[in-house]
Amino acid sequence: MDETRVARSRRDFLMLSAGGLVAAVFASAASPVQAAVADVDALVTKMTAGKKVADGRIALELPSIAENGLVVPLNFTVESPMTADDYVKAVHILADGNPNPQIADFTFTPMSPKASAQIRIRLAKTQNVVVVAEMSNGEFYSTKKEVKVTIGGCGG
Amino acid sequence: MASNIKPRVRMPATAKAGEVIEVKTLISHEMESGQRKDAAGKIIPRHIINKFTATFNGKEIMSVDWHPAISANPYQSFLVRVPESGVFEFSWFDDDGAVYKSEHKVTVS
Repeated sequence: MDETRVARSRRDFLMLSAGGLVAAVFASAASPVQAAVADVDALVTKMTAGKKVADGRIALELPSIAENGLVVPLNFTVESPMTADDYVKAVHILADGNPNPQIADFTFTPMSPKASAQIRIRLAKTQNVVVVAEMSNGEFYSTKKEVKVTIGGCGG
Repeated sequence: MASNIKPRVRMPATAKAGEVIEVKTLISHEMESGQRKDAAGKIIPRHIINKFTATFNGKEIMSVDWHPAISANPYQSFLVRVPESGVFEFSWFDDDGAVYKSEHKVTVS
């Protein structure tokens, strides 16, 4: 009798401490300095004024594994004829795991032959990079890609 | 204002009328994010280039607002069309108010 009670209380203790550990991990992940997926969603909603965002039309090139989060090459191209009636007005680049979700906001004009650019960005940790394109006719397109950031190059 | 900030631009000096050419730009800048702390634990204030613009004969082609998540020594490449002979001007706007400019003449052959 006594033995089982001890066993149970030990198990309870272990479960409690494991629960506590999980809670602590979640608390640190949700610390206010890190942007969250919700922040990116809120920003996208603000940019699009709540309009529908379709998939496609954006080619996004990013490494799937970045050894150095300080310099991650990013290349995007938005499919568009780029004429005075039909062009890409803006392209927003966001990340859901950086302290500030915004990375860059491009403004294009029909003078640009192609809504395309290559930049180098900083990523604080493994996260999704989101690209939102705004067309001159008011349509929105979006795509995203996950980049695994290994710190110290040890494959973590 | 830092004095060692120098923009570099690579693009062809001649092109055919209407040709699309690639422009590669690089500027030396620390792009201090405002997130880092110094040895005393004090936050190092943000100091970045927050805007880049490209114009041709005074007309805007494209502009970009940069945020602290742009890497140090920002590199950017993009495409422009050359409708006629003229001057491309690229400008970088620093948080401290400085503007760095680079002009490139392209001749249509």
